[in-house]
Formats: sequence, C-alpha cells, structure tokens
Amino acid sequence: MTHEFILSGFGGQGVLSMGKILAYAGLMEGKEVTWMPAYGPEQRGGTANVTVIISDDPVSSPILSTYDTAVVLNQPSLDKFESKVKPGGTLIYDSYGINVPPTREDISVYRIDAMEKAAEGDMLKVFNMIVLGGVLKIHPVVSLESVLQALRKTLPERHHHLIPQNGQALRLGMDLVREG
Amino acid sequence: MKGNEAIAHAAIRTGCDGYFGYPITPQSEILETLAAEKPWETTGMVVLQAESETASINMVYGGAASGKRVMTSSSSPGISLMQEGISYMAGAELPALIVNVSRGGPGLGTIQPSQADYFQTVKGGGHGDYRLITLAPASVQEMADFVDLAFTLAFRYRNPAMILSDGAIGQMMEKVVLPEYRPRRTEEEIAAGCPWATTGRKGLRSPNIITSLGLRSEEMEAINLRLQAKYREIERKEVRYEEYLTSDAEYLIVAFGSAARISKKVTSLAREAGIKAGLLRPITLWPFPSERIASLCGQVKGILSLEINAGQMVEDIRLAAGGRIPVRWYGRLGGIIPEPEEVLEELKKIAAL
Amino acid sequence: MTTEEIIRPENLVYRKPELLNDVPMHYCPGCSHGMVHKLVAEVIAEMGMTEKTIAISPVGCAVFAYKYIDVDWQEAAHGRAPALASAVKRLWPDRLVFTYQGDGDLACIGTGETIHAINRGENIAIIFINNAIYGMTGGQMAPTTLLGMKTATCPYGRDVHLHGYPLKITEIAALLDGSCYVTRQAVHTVAAILKAKKAIRKAFDYSMQGRGASLVEIVSTCSTSWKMTPEKANRWMEENMFPFYPLGDLKDSKP
Repeated sequence: MTHEFILSGFGGQGVLSMGKILAYAGLMEGKEVTWMPAYGPEQRGGTANVTVIISDDPVSSPILSTYDTAVVLNQPSLDKFESKVKPGGTLIYDSYGINVPPTREDISVYRIDAMEKAAEGDMLKVFNMIVLGGVLKIHPVVSLESVLQALRKTLPERHHHLIPQNGQALRLGMDLVREG
Repeated sequence: MKGNEAIAHAAIRTGCDGYFGYPITPQSEILETLAAEKPWETTGMVVLQAESETASINMVYGGAASGKRVMTSSSSPGISLMQEGISYMAGAELPALIVNVSRGGPGLGTIQPSQADYFQTVKGGGHGDYRLITLAPASVQEMADFVDLAFTLAFRYRNPAMILSDGAIGQMMEKVVLPEYRPRRTEEEIAAGCPWATTGRKGLRSPNIITSLGLRSEEMEAINLRLQAKYREIERKEVRYEEYLTSDAEYLIVAFGSAARISKKVTSLAREAGIKAGLLRPITLWPFPSERIASLCGQVKGILSLEINAGQMVEDIRLAAGGRIPVRWYGRLGGIIPEPEEVLEELKKIAAL
Repeated sequence: MTTEEIIRPENLVYRKPELLNDVPMHYCPGCSHGMVHKLVAEVIAEMGMTEKTIAISPVGCAVFAYKYIDVDWQEAAHGRAPALASAVKRLWPDRLVFTYQGDGDLACIGTGETIHAINRGENIAIIFINNAIYGMTGGQMAPTTLLGMKTATCPYGRDVHLHGYPLKITEIAALLDGSCYVTRQAVHTVAAILKAKKAIRKAFDYSMQGRGASLVEIVSTCSTSWKMTPEKANRWMEENMFPFYPLGDLKDSKP
C-alpha cells in the first residue's frame, strides 16, 4: 500500500508541521515515508505545500505530479491541486475563504470547517491537527495513537503539556469532516 | 529527519573534528543542527560560522593540512566562492569534505533544487588539472552514509571529496539510520595516519610543509604527473553505481541524486506501458561509471539522461557510449523538478526512434 | 692569531638561530624579511615551541618562509592565512599558531579574513610586513602605498582621487574587541630590532595564554621596488613611512 498526499495552504497554517506529524506517525508504524516540502520564502506567508508519501515499500520518487489525496486549506491551493488528484482520489478542503468550491465529479470531495471551529474554540494553534483528524477519518493510514506518539517525539519537552489539546483537536476533526 | 540534518548528525557521530561554514539556503540546517547539538561539549568537534564561504574553505584547508577530519557545506553560489580553496586543496593534496546542496543558477539564481553544478564539480570548477571525488546521494540515508564514505576516500587518496546533493534531498525528510558513534582520532592516531600533516615537529622530526606551489616547471610537472597517476588509480578502484531493472532492459535511464529517485518511478511506469526500462544511478559522479555504461550499450537500444539541468552528465554518457546508440537528455531548469510522467514521454520518444 | 684560533666556540659572539635553515634566502639585499625571519625563529626556539608550532605563510615575497624557518608550515592562498590559522588553532589549542603576511596579502585581498579572525578573538599571532608595495609581483601599488609614492601601477604617484587613501589596518585591528595586542615596529636599527623581537615574543606569549589575537606590524623597506639602495631605503622609511605609520604599541590588554 502506498498513499501519496499533497498538503497545501498559507504559510503559518502549520501545513509543513502537519505533514511532518503525519510522516512521523507513519515512521512509528514501521512504514516507509518521505516528506518533501516546497521550501523557501513561501514558508513565510505565501503558499506552503508538502508532499507526504506513506508506503509499505521503499519510496521511489519523492516528487509527484498526481496525488491520492490533496488536503487544501486555501483557494490558491485548491486551484492548484484539484486537477492533480488522481481519478478516484480524494480532495479534502477547509471551506474558510473558499469562493470557488471544487467541481470534479470523479474524485471524492470532503469538507472540513476546521478554521471556523478553531477560531470559535480558541484552538487556532492546533488548527492543523483538526485538519489532520479529518484526513485520518477518511484515510486511516496511521492510527490516532501513532499520531500522538509522533507528537511526543517531535514536540520539544516544554510543549508536551499541549499534547492532550492536540488529541482533542484530532478527534474534533474526525467529527467535523463531511462529504461535500 | 531532513537530509541536511542527517549530514550534521553523521558528521558528529563519525569522528569529524571540525565544521566551518556560512549560511545559505537550502543547506543552512547543517550549521544550525551542529550549533544546536553543541558537539564541542561532547565529541570535541569544532563548529565555526565563518565570515564567508571563502574563509570557510580556507579554514577547511588549514584544518585538513593539520591532519584533522574537517568539512564545510554550502550551496551553489557559495561553492563558486570556494573554488579557489578547492583547487589549492587538490594541489596541496588535502583530504576534506565539501557538501554542496545545490540550487538553480547561474548567478543568484533560485533557492530551488538543481543539478546544474555537475560540470563545476566533476570537470574542475577551480583552476588547474585536478579532480574532486564526488558522491551523489539519492536519499536521506545516503546523506548520512556518505559523510563517512567521503572522508574515508578523501583520506585514502589525500584528495578533497564532495557530496553533491540538491535542495530536494537536503530538505526532504525520510527514515534514516544514523551511523554508530565513533570517537575522533587521537593525536597519536593522526600522527600515525597522516605523517605528512602539520601538527608541530613532535620529536623534532623534519618539518612538514603543506603547499601547492612549485615554481620550477619541472617540479610542477612532476607534481601534476603524480596527481594524474592518483586520479587514474581512483578511476580504477572507486567507481560506484546502482542498477535497477537493468538485466533485461532495452532502454536505459541514467540519473543521479533526486533525478534518480524520479527515474525509478519512471522505470516502473515505463514497464507498465510495455517499455523495458532500467536505471543506472551513478553514485560516484567522478570517477564516472563509464565502463559500465559502455558495456550496457551492447544491450540497450537507447539511453535517456535525466538531469535537473540543461544537459551536463549527458556529455559523459555520450563519451562512454561512443556513438553506438542514441543518447538523449531530458531535464527541467530553474529549480523545477521534472515529474515522472513527463520523463516517461521522453523515454517513449527514444523507444520510438 | 690564526683563523683557527679565532673561530672557537668560546669566542663565539653571534650565531645563526638554530631554527633558521642554512640555505640562501631569495630576499633582496636590504629587505626586512630576513631580519624578521630571524627574530621569529629565535622567539620560537626561546619559547621551547619548536615541536608545537604550526606556521602559515602567505602569497607574496614571504611565500617561501617555509624554506627558511625550520617548523611545520602551511602555505595559504593569497590573503587567507588568518582563516587557516583560525581553524588550526581551534583544532590544536595547545599549538603556537601564527601567520606571516605582507601588506597586499593581509590588508588588501585578505582584509576580510584578517579583520574577522582578529574580531573573533582567535588565539593567533599575525606578523605583518608593511613595505607599502607589492614586492613579489614587481612593485605595484599596495593598500598601504603612501600618497604621492610612485609604483608600477601608480607611476605618477598615488593620487587620492584615483587610488584612495593608504589603509591603516593596524589601527583598525586595535579597535576590534578580539585583539589583545597590537603594535607597530621596525627592524632598521639594533634598538628597533630588539624592540621588535620583544613584540613578537609578547604576541606569541599572549596567543598561548589564550588572550585573543595579536597583530605585530613591521614597517619595512623594499629597496628593489622602491628603487633605492638599502641604506637610502631605510632613510626614506624613517622620513616618509614613520610619520604616517608611527611606531609603538597601539593596544596592550594586560591581564
């Protein structure tokens, strides 16, 4: 099994770290993973995206032109990656700030109002974990427990008290995500 | 772990004595990781941010001339600045590691990945007749593994070695098994292993002089002939490459570094499309696997060189092929990484020849 | 008295320093390099550091310093000696590490390396021969060439509008927090030679005490490129160089 993700949004939304947690969780489960960011000034306010591949076999190309799943968190990302989802693949988007919703019929489209909920519930810092929860609900490529383990592994010790909040966010995302 | 971080950790773990560098995207994580790890408190490794790449490479010259295992890293524009020092080190026969996490040029160019420094690395870059042992990692694991390999080769032949990577491998995160911890060499081990090193005249031995100067033509020719003999030996003994699905291949892709990763995918796509493709991945760019390519020319009907540049390695492949079969290049420029599907289209064109 | 009777050890009043090799130097008659080499060789031996010295030679007339002073040497690229020395000293903290550089090497192409090595407070000593000209390449203008002074590349005299001002890099070095000892000396008289030797010794001592970077400038002659007899060159130096490059300590940070 190989699952190829593209995660994309504004810089500062935590797209790269969401990808990192996903990749680490894969690593925890003994899978082969790659995390390939579009790096550079985009990290600071422009569009940031990262390709994450989780596979049972060694990963060949870390750079892809089409994806099994696109997770898009803003309009430019949706415009860029909707067409790059493989037929039969998945598109998950946050509806906040989306004026032109996805139109493809040959893929499964899911929507998660993570930004709205995060803003309401003072959860902006864990916004990306809400999104990741939604992603894992649709494609449980790694377990929730592995994600929490990955957080323990990647977060500095002083932030470990935030892990329960991240867990909440992940579960909230799982509830929030829906077709459309 | 990112490729850049893997380099830093591998250096600490395999007994590196010193790192001297200057920040430049996309490789600053190497210096940042070293600074955060504080190896001077554990292994005793020196880490110094220099005032320029010129100073960095000359610090490496000084450290190497004193028998220490020292390295620097940079990206393309910084590596250009280092060419003077690299040429001097080749001339003075100093072992050291230079890492180039390359980006697109010419000039300030882009910070996105590129393989456009192939010529600079394997054909010279600096002045004079010299060669640089060049390793091209294609994974984060190889970023870690090649640090020790590069040092080993550098010291075996008293010659600078380069890891020629690119922004994609440097920034990418993958699973990596770091090398076992090994202590730095003791003063006695350095004296025994590098009797030529300038460490002070212990026991009042005759002085060691490190220089690349030979003002008299006869003297300088002799130095050059000795260097050339060394280069021929390296070419005989140290060629490294990886083959993938070549045993029954009718078409061959040759690619290194991140382009080789893409090519592996292309090979699979090609086989699904009914083209028997195989991949040869040079691990040493110099010495180049010319002989293996020449022998594969008796088997395959055409070669595609996939490079993230305007076609540089393709010249070496053509030299190896000697005009017997078509050799074509495909690549993208300016920091754009070719996608597997567009490479497949190029392979199809060769198959249709 | 026969010659044999005279040349007995008990009659010896002067001899070549043990670390000065018994080979003819390539320096011109009247050149200051020979004298400074002798002082450096004496100081290393007197400090008992022969087995622990790593010296860095420049590009310029002193490129062959490694042929004359009998210690381990690294020959650097033009201007880069302080970078080499920085690394060597950090990697071998118990060694005596010094550079020996001319004005073109130190104050022009290697200005960056010089200033930053000093400013980092590297525990190295820098011996700086300032003869206001490029000797080895044949008498071209140096950063330290005086205004009005004629060289191969300012044949009508250094003109501030064309060439800018002579650089007092030693004064700059004294301003840097990383320097512990900065001095300007000469070797044109016996008294000056003795003072210069003391300065070199102090610079080397400070570097071994880990007190930071030292710079010892030796205002020097280049009778060949100045197109003067050695004697006249010394006079010219006193009359023209010393007013612009006054001798003495610029900084001495006592512990």
